[in-house]
Amino acid sequence: MLELKNITFRVRDEGEEKGIIHDLSLTLPDGKLIVITGPNGGGKSTLARLIAGIETPDAGRILLDGEDITGWSVTQRARAGIAFAFQQPVRFKGLQVIDLLRLASGKQISMGEACDYLSRVGLCARDYIDREVNASLSGGELKRIEIATVLARKAKVTLFDEPEAGIDLWSFQNLIGVFREMREDMKDRSILIISHQERILNIADELVVLREGQVTCHGQREEIMPSLIGTASAVPDCRKGQTGEGGERA
Amino acid sequence: MIQLDEIQRRLLREVADLHEVPEGAYNIRSNSRSAGRQSTANIEIIPREEGNGLTIRIKPGTKHESVHIPVVMTESGLKEVVYNDFYIGEDADVVIVAGCGIDNCGNQDSQHDGVHRFFVGKNAHIRYVEKHYGSGDGKGKRILNPVTEVYQEEGSSVEMEMVQIKGVDDTNRTTVAELGKGAKLVVRERLMTHGEQRALSVYDVRLNGEGASADVVSRSVARDRSYQKFDAKLLGNAPCTGHTECDSIIMDEGRILAVPGLEANDVDAALVHEAAIGKIAGDQLIKLMTLGLTAQEAEEQIVNGFLK
Repeated sequence: MLELKNITFRVRDEGEEKGIIHDLSLTLPDGKLIVITGPNGGGKSTLARLIAGIETPDAGRILLDGEDITGWSVTQRARAGIAFAFQQPVRFKGLQVIDLLRLASGKQISMGEACDYLSRVGLCARDYIDREVNASLSGGELKRIEIATVLARKAKVTLFDEPEAGIDLWSFQNLIGVFREMREDMKDRSILIISHQERILNIADELVVLREGQVTCHGQREEIMPSLIGTASAVPDCRKGQTGEGGERA
Repeated sequence: MIQLDEIQRRLLREVADLHEVPEGAYNIRSNSRSAGRQSTANIEIIPREEGNGLTIRIKPGTKHESVHIPVVMTESGLKEVVYNDFYIGEDADVVIVAGCGIDNCGNQDSQHDGVHRFFVGKNAHIRYVEKHYGSGDGKGKRILNPVTEVYQEEGSSVEMEMVQIKGVDDTNRTTVAELGKGAKLVVRERLMTHGEQRALSVYDVRLNGEGASADVVSRSVARDRSYQKFDAKLLGNAPCTGHTECDSIIMDEGRILAVPGLEANDVDAALVHEAAIGKIAGDQLIKLMTLGLTAQEAEEQIVNGFLK
C-alpha cells in the first residue's frame, strides 16, 4: 500500500516560488488499478515523480507498506518495488533493447523472456532486441520499449506517466490489453496510471481527480466516471490525435 | 616456441583477444624482439633487415585468412619505433589484428610508436583491428603514437576499428588515407581517457577517385582531468561522399576539443561533419536509477554502452 500524507511541493521559477502540490493526502491500496486524471498543469506528473523519488516534497511523508520512504533515493525506491514508465522515454546511444530489459529485470534474462516482454507491447522481438535505444527509434517504438522495461520490473507499484502520449491507435488498443493483463496478475501489487484518456479511465478500479495540486475527487470508477465524461479529465479516443507529440513514424 | 610470462599473456588477451597462439599468419613482438612468427601459403611475413618491423605480403585472391601482429611491452624504459608495411593483393579479403599492450611498473616511460602502411590492391577488402591497452602502477608513462597510412586502389574497401579504453597515458594517433575510384573507408574509433591522460587523434582522408567514400566515426569519453583532441579532415578531390562524426561524453574535469575539417575541391563532393560533446544527460541517469541502479552503476552502464 502506498500512502501520501500531507505532501506539499513547490518550485522556484525566476526567483518566484510556485506551489505545485498543496497538502495532498492519498492512499493507494494494493491489488488496484488506479488512474489519476485532471486538467493539464494540475500536478499529475509531479505527483508520479514525487512517488518515484525524482522530486522531493517540501513537506509531507510518503509511506510504502507502512515504511517511511520520503527520504529514500530513486534507486532505493526502485529496489523497494516502485517502477516508473516515463512520459517521454529516454534515448541511450549504444545501449540495446536487450540491455535495458536485463537491467530492468535485475538479472540475465534469456532472449526468450526478453522477446516475451516485447511481444506483449506489440513489437516483433526479432527486429528490436538488438536495436540501440537511440534516435533511430520512433517516439511510438520508444514508448512501447519503455512499457516493456516496466513490465520486466514486475514491481510492487508500477507508475505510468501518460502512457498513451506519442502512441499510435493500434498501440493504444494494445496498451489497454497490457493493462488488463497486468491487472489479472496483480494480487498484492498496484498500478497507478496518469492519464486523461476515457478508455484508460474505463478500466480503472479507482479514479483520482487532481486539480491545482489537490485531490478534488477520489473513489470507485463507477461513482466518479459519470461526472468526468465530456470534460478534459476524460478525453475520448477521437481527440487523441491532438496529443500529437512524438507520434509513430509512417 | 613462444615463451611469454603471465603479464605478457594478459596483455595479449587485452589487445588481440588471443588466448593462445593464433591460427594463420602471426608475429608476436615482445619487448622489442619477435617472440614467435608464422607465415602461411598466402600470407608472408618478412622481418625488415633493420629489425624494426615487418613487411607483410598477402597474395591476390586470399580469402578468409587473418594476420595477427600484436606487440607487448613489459620492460620499463623501452622506446621503439616500428615500421610495418602491408601489401594486400587484388581481390583479397582478410582480417588484420594489431594492437599494443604496455605494462609499466617502473619509473621510466615506455613508448611504442608503430607506423603501419597499407597498400590495398584493386577490389581487396580488409578489416583492421587495433587495440591499445596499458597497465602497471609505476610512475613511468605508457606512451603510444600510432601512425596509420592507407593507400586504397580502385574498388577496395577498408574497415578500421581503433580501440583505446584503458591505461595509455599519452597517445598521438595519426591516420592518413588516400582513396582511389570507388574505394571505401569506414573507421570506428572508441576512446576513453582517465587520470591525467592525453589523447590526440588526427585524420587526413583524401577522396581522390570518383565514387570514393569515407565514414569516420569517433566515440569517446574523457574522465577525470584527461584531455582529448579529435581533428578530422576530409578532402573531396572528386565526386565522392564523406562523413566524419565525433560523439563525446565529458565527465569530471575532462576536456575535449573537436576540430572539424572539410575541404571540397570538386563540385560533386558531398562532405558532412557532425560533432557533439556533453556530459551524461540527467534523465539517462534517472531512468537507469528507476530500474534500481545506483548513480555510479548507471554511469558505468551508459559509458559502457556508449563505447560498446
